Amino acid sequence: MTAETEGRVYNVAGQDWDEVVAAADEATEAGEERIVVNMGPQHPSTHGVLRLILTLEGETVIELRPVIGYLHTGIEKNMEFRTWTQGVTFCTRADYLAPLFNETAYCMGVERLLGVEAEIPPRANVLRVLMMELNRIGSHLTAIGTMGLELGATTVFIYGMREREKVLDLLELITGLRMNHAYVRPGGVSQDLPAGALERLREFLGIMPGLLGEIRALFDAQPVYFRRTKNVAYLDLAGCMALGVTGPILRATGLPWDLRKSQPYCGYETYEFTVPTQDTSDAYGRYIVRMDEMDQSLKIIEQCVDRLAAKRPARDPVMIADAKIGWPAQLAVGADGLGNSPAHIAKIMGQSMEALIHHFKLVTEGFRVPAGQVYAAVESPRGELGAHVVSDGGTRPFRVHLRDPSFTNLQSASAMAEGGLLADVIAAVASIDPVMGGVDR
Amino acid sequence: MSDENLPDRPDPAAVAGQERLSEQIARTGMFGTETTGDTSGYGGLRVRRAPVPSSPRPYGSYFDEVADRLADGMEREGPGFDEAIERVIVDRDELTLHVRRDHLAGVAKVLRDEPSLAFELCLGVSGVHYPWEAGRELHAVYALLSITHNRRLRLEVSAPDEDPHVPSLVSIYPTCDWHERETWDFFGLIFDGHPALTRIQMPDDWKGHPGRKDYPLGGIPVEYRGAHVPPPENRRAYQ
Amino acid sequence: MGLEEKLPSGILLTTVEKVAGYARKSSVWPATFGLACCAIELMATGGPRHDLARFGMERASNTPRQADLMIVAGRVSQKMAPVLRQIYDQMADPKWVISMGVCASSGGMFNNYAIVQGVDHIVPVDIYLPGCPPRPEMLLDSIVKLHDKIQNMKLGANREAEIEELEQARLRRLPLAVSVGGHDFARDRPQPQAALPEPAPPQPWPFLARPAEAEHAPQAQHAPPGQNAPPAQQAPPDRPAGPEPEPGSHE
Repeated sequence: MTAETEGRVYNVAGQDWDEVVAAADEATEAGEERIVVNMGPQHPSTHGVLRLILTLEGETVIELRPVIGYLHTGIEKNMEFRTWTQGVTFCTRADYLAPLFNETAYCMGVERLLGVEAEIPPRANVLRVLMMELNRIGSHLTAIGTMGLELGATTVFIYGMREREKVLDLLELITGLRMNHAYVRPGGVSQDLPAGALERLREFLGIMPGLLGEIRALFDAQPVYFRRTKNVAYLDLAGCMALGVTGPILRATGLPWDLRKSQPYCGYETYEFTVPTQDTSDAYGRYIVRMDEMDQSLKIIEQCVDRLAAKRPARDPVMIADAKIGWPAQLAVGADGLGNSPAHIAKIMGQSMEALIHHFKLVTEGFRVPAGQVYAAVESPRGELGAHVVSDGGTRPFRVHLRDPSFTNLQSASAMAEGGLLADVIAAVASIDPVMGGVDR
Repeated sequence: MSDENLPDRPDPAAVAGQERLSEQIARTGMFGTETTGDTSGYGGLRVRRAPVPSSPRPYGSYFDEVADRLADGMEREGPGFDEAIERVIVDRDELTLHVRRDHLAGVAKVLRDEPSLAFELCLGVSGVHYPWEAGRELHAVYALLSITHNRRLRLEVSAPDEDPHVPSLVSIYPTCDWHERETWDFFGLIFDGHPALTRIQMPDDWKGHPGRKDYPLGGIPVEYRGAHVPPPENRRAYQ
Repeated sequence: MGLEEKLPSGILLTTVEKVAGYARKSSVWPATFGLACCAIELMATGGPRHDLARFGMERASNTPRQADLMIVAGRVSQKMAPVLRQIYDQMADPKWVISMGVCASSGGMFNNYAIVQGVDHIVPVDIYLPGCPPRPEMLLDSIVKLHDKIQNMKLGANREAEIEELEQARLRRLPLAVSVGGHDFARDRPQPQAALPEPAPPQPWPFLARPAEAEHAPQAQHAPPGQNAPPAQQAPPDRPAGPEPEPGSHE
């Protein structure tokens, strides 16, 4: 990459721990005291199963090498052995703090391959936006909570978890699960809002600003927090562009790049919101960007709730009308939990032969997607989350590659932390907010 | 195909997969079941894999301008457009340029540096393995984004299994560092010029490249109360 | 381990067992091995709503040397497996393991090359907790069950006797059901040496039986519907530390 003008370049390329240590020993004999420290995969402050190999001279970090792959699950290969709809349950577990974003990116890719993007019902799009913004709030709360926890401010973690429970309650009410929902499916969403959801959402919108204000009151002007995060983990715009970094890190450098505004999807162009930026390019700036984004998300959720509460037309489905693609479920809560409503089962089994055949074919075989490849991207809480979906014309994905923002953003950890103090490494990784499930997939 | 990527013991699932994928015929029959339970009467249907055509001009949207500016840039910097670009595909509102692998770095440099193109952000490399395309089995797909002009572009390079080398773009887009390592890890595509091309997701001493189509999924059969559920790659599938 | 291991069986040993059990269960320090999505639910269990501090367990010991309980929360990849074993080895006795979530218990939905199909391939597990991810309430339930197990753990000579008894019981045990039209595992079992009571005749699956017989089918064959939050399963322990359910029953 760049020409080295001084010092030796040691590449930690796997299975050569002895070489690295020997090289550090040589440096010690030359008068520089260097130690190689392993912040192993099991560590309270590395935001997941991330391994950092640090070469330290005193307290200063000379080199930082992140080692990943400790959570590699083979999600992408698994999806090649399932139908297109079943793939949703796999991709949702990649970035597990923002599952609805994974699902939406993948489903947008499938819908673009099918050519049915214009036929997604408007209510389904509003629900997708609502769920994504709820998820964004939950994810940012976890990010800020764990950032505080890793820096030693444990109260913020408790605040974040407490607020997040409210978000998870809403997600559970609407999708049935707290995490890994499999709610967004190719063609729409799996079920409509249950009764009482709109009231709960309005309650949520009423109390959240105050609770977010509590977190701000704790952190925004806190002197210890300033010392830990101001001018720490600096990465300017040129660095972000070179390293392919998107998301709050990029917006903290001053560039208001947000896919929801620049390349809108799911109807985002019809919502009123701003893209918050800072221009300090440090960990503190990224924290402020995340807090501001949560405020904007609340604004968008309010607009979604107004649309969902408005008078509905006669036919207002949440799944595409094409019966050869749309998932044939009409869910309802019965005596034994959530399942297909008895009326729907009666229709399939008793009344409509066509519905029975469609149900059978869709569940066993799945729909066929014409051959081709697309790249569909959404703005996830961590940056641009893209799905490169390749189809060979069959009922199963030929190849799905999730371009996860954490995978790319984590590369910048070296650029942010080298030259700084050891404690700044923690702040740097926390401000990147990597989710190792997305990094390793 | 080379043998290095295969696991030590010949895996029946891998052998079956190889046989299935190496034939020219994608599937036969309307419903595609392998058992004799097919009562459709459409067993005579054979679906062949589609050839990859090149899209004719005009491409539509901003694609023509991108192609023209790229052609200008390629004329100036090095080999011309037609020599570097094998094929242009416009499909589903997305532009894909199939680049000959020797000229990949030149094309990427022009795309990045030319002010009218300005594709500053590379969103990573994705590998795809097409086992039946003899001589072009391994594809590396680069997604590029221009923030200045709000445009997207896809570059696709192919390499045969016998010679899986592609020039590395790390010197032009440093973000490709980990993405190229991942593509090497999963597909065995060697990126020439990468500073440290090592495994990133699998353990360092793993044998084989799991993303390839001839690498088995590796599941184990599940036993539950006397029933035996085969792993996903061995189950009966409706293709 | 200590003096308590050397005591002869008797009233003194049973009293010591009760006291030691109570002391151990009241101050379990988890070495949270949070890996993936289950780790987030584990963190949520430590949050204010579902409070791990009610057990004194919110003090998660980040160093395994001071930890008692390893909650393996999430999918264990092949790369992580040696690390898992090393952390387990670094924990001091007595130690327990909860495998939280289906990925830790059995590989979960990821039946592939990259995931270890159950951490019991690597470490002995005391409590298996299904769920994807399990709710915090389910994790609390599993912790309560673990506390029961810890409380009733036997020491010293009693423990050796218990291990011997469990070993004999396990040698006699048959699989839960004979398969239908598939592999008959009962035939494969090695015949144990001692004389055994006659095992119960194999029961047909309820849905194959005629309707009149279906009501007589034993409940063991058929999980009641609507059980969408199954309680944590108690594993037959490798190092026996609790009462063993009698063969043929199920939780």
